[in-house]
Amino acid sequence: MAAYLVRRLLLTIPVLLGVATLVFALIHLVPGDPAQAMLGEGASQEEVQRLRTSLGLDRPLLAQYTGFLGGLVRGDLGTSFRYNTPVTQQITSRLGNTAKLALAAMLVAILFAVPLGIIAAVFRGRAPDHAAMTLALAGISMPNFWLGPLLAILFAVYLGWLPVSGTGSLAHLVLPAVTLGAALSAILARMTRASLLEELRELYVLAARARGLSGARAVLRHAFRNSLIPVVTIIGLQFGAVLTGTIITETIFAWPGLGRLLIQAINFRDYPLVQGCILFIAVTYVVMNLLTDLTYGLLDPRIRYE
Amino acid sequence: MMVKVGGFIVALAVALALFGPSLSPYDPSTQELARRLEGPSLQHPFGLDELGRDILTRIASGARISLLVGLAVVSVSSLAGMFFGSVAGYFGGRVDDVISRVIDVLMAFPGILLAIALVAVLGPSLVNVVLALSVIGWVGYARLVRGQALRAREFEFVQAARALGAGSPRIVLRHVLPTTLPSVVVQATLGMAGAIIAEASLSFLGLGVQPPTPSWGTMLDAGRAHLFDAPHLTVFPGVAIALLVLGFNFLGDGLRDRVDPKMQR
Repeated sequence: MAAYLVRRLLLTIPVLLGVATLVFALIHLVPGDPAQAMLGEGASQEEVQRLRTSLGLDRPLLAQYTGFLGGLVRGDLGTSFRYNTPVTQQITSRLGNTAKLALAAMLVAILFAVPLGIIAAVFRGRAPDHAAMTLALAGISMPNFWLGPLLAILFAVYLGWLPVSGTGSLAHLVLPAVTLGAALSAILARMTRASLLEELRELYVLAARARGLSGARAVLRHAFRNSLIPVVTIIGLQFGAVLTGTIITETIFAWPGLGRLLIQAINFRDYPLVQGCILFIAVTYVVMNLLTDLTYGLLDPRIRYE
Repeated sequence: MMVKVGGFIVALAVALALFGPSLSPYDPSTQELARRLEGPSLQHPFGLDELGRDILTRIASGARISLLVGLAVVSVSSLAGMFFGSVAGYFGGRVDDVISRVIDVLMAFPGILLAIALVAVLGPSLVNVVLALSVIGWVGYARLVRGQALRAREFEFVQAARALGAGSPRIVLRHVLPTTLPSVVVQATLGMAGAIIAEASLSFLGLGVQPPTPSWGTMLDAGRAHLFDAPHLTVFPGVAIALLVLGFNFLGDGLRDRVDPKMQR
């Protein structure tokens, strides 16, 4: 396992370096002068020059690049142009809210998808299966920027049960979490169904039934537990989709997280903050994928000996 | 069955995009401010938006944008992906290493994050949306084609062509790429759904097509301010997106079942 761990960690380094390089290149893709773009057309030449100096844009490209990488190692992502505070401070202040939303969404997805997948597999080819899978397909096809407003219309406007935006209570979390969790839920339900169907074909399930176990017990105690490995992997791999999903969900429900911070930074042309948010989300994604791979390697020995 | 249902939905959307705007008695930009936010009626089946524009006509015009962006992104991404994927898979070695590392890095960005980043710095416009979505889009095709090209170079007919003295470009173009086409077509059909959702997401966030050009994403964004007083602004553009995406997903899934007999259960 140690060799697998080291190999997997070593493979991650060039990917992280590539991600950092791409994020560094972003500010240089701004058409014209980034400092001018940030300050607007009305800014004086001195103001533009001052900002160029503070962003380090007046230094040679290689010096900028090594400075950027050095900053990353020290956890320094620069200073936000809008807030005039360190980018890391802005990110950490919003991180808790995004983590709360992402975890709640994953919980909603699991609570909804697993029973749906089990019902579909057990009743394969019959009405409950068709109903569950149609629901799952609808969940995949329904973009969250439409589902969110629809849920808000139903539960906030017509029924008045839940608040339409903001934070503060658990009730505020319900609509954003369901909106964000719906697509993952649909994918998980399909995966649970497929994985459970595979297991139900196995002889040990038949043996359990032959020993007199009820159908429900054979499914839940034996087949379901074994079908969980691919489902757990999908949850890990889908974390990236959940993470990018927060950008839209937080915008819909005015949820003060990292995604909303990114969109606000874009609208304000706060490029250091944009770079910081993008880098943070991408690195979190890479690390989550790494953890998923390592967990998978731990669960299934065949993978680490490949 | 899936192919037929999907094909029907897509054909309907194409017909709406082609003929809808010219058949409609209204112009997508003409405002009737006195009747703004008016609900559905016989005269305006989907109602009027926040500036009193006919929503049905704007949905038909928005279909043009969605399909156009989808087609452009899928064409650019699939061509670039086929080129880099076949080169990496066929030649292997250093070339493959470099292309594969670039693919790894681009795949390290989740979903449309990189597209958001690119549009954020390049500025919001239709062309930049296509460019940004293609930059992330080609990677999936390249991976797919690379794997198949790797396999195809061992096929006997490819080795025979090599033995007969055919050059590498000819072998890749005439022998390797055709074997990858069925999978690429399936991926492209599913890619249309992805590109349409991505374009709408970017427009929803204010990073895509800019008003007054009608786009389904910007229509949904405008509807957000009127959830309480005019929910029809949100409902109809959303139905349009979900249906078209469902259509392409059905078509893609159905085609995949036909191309890969193992998928038929």
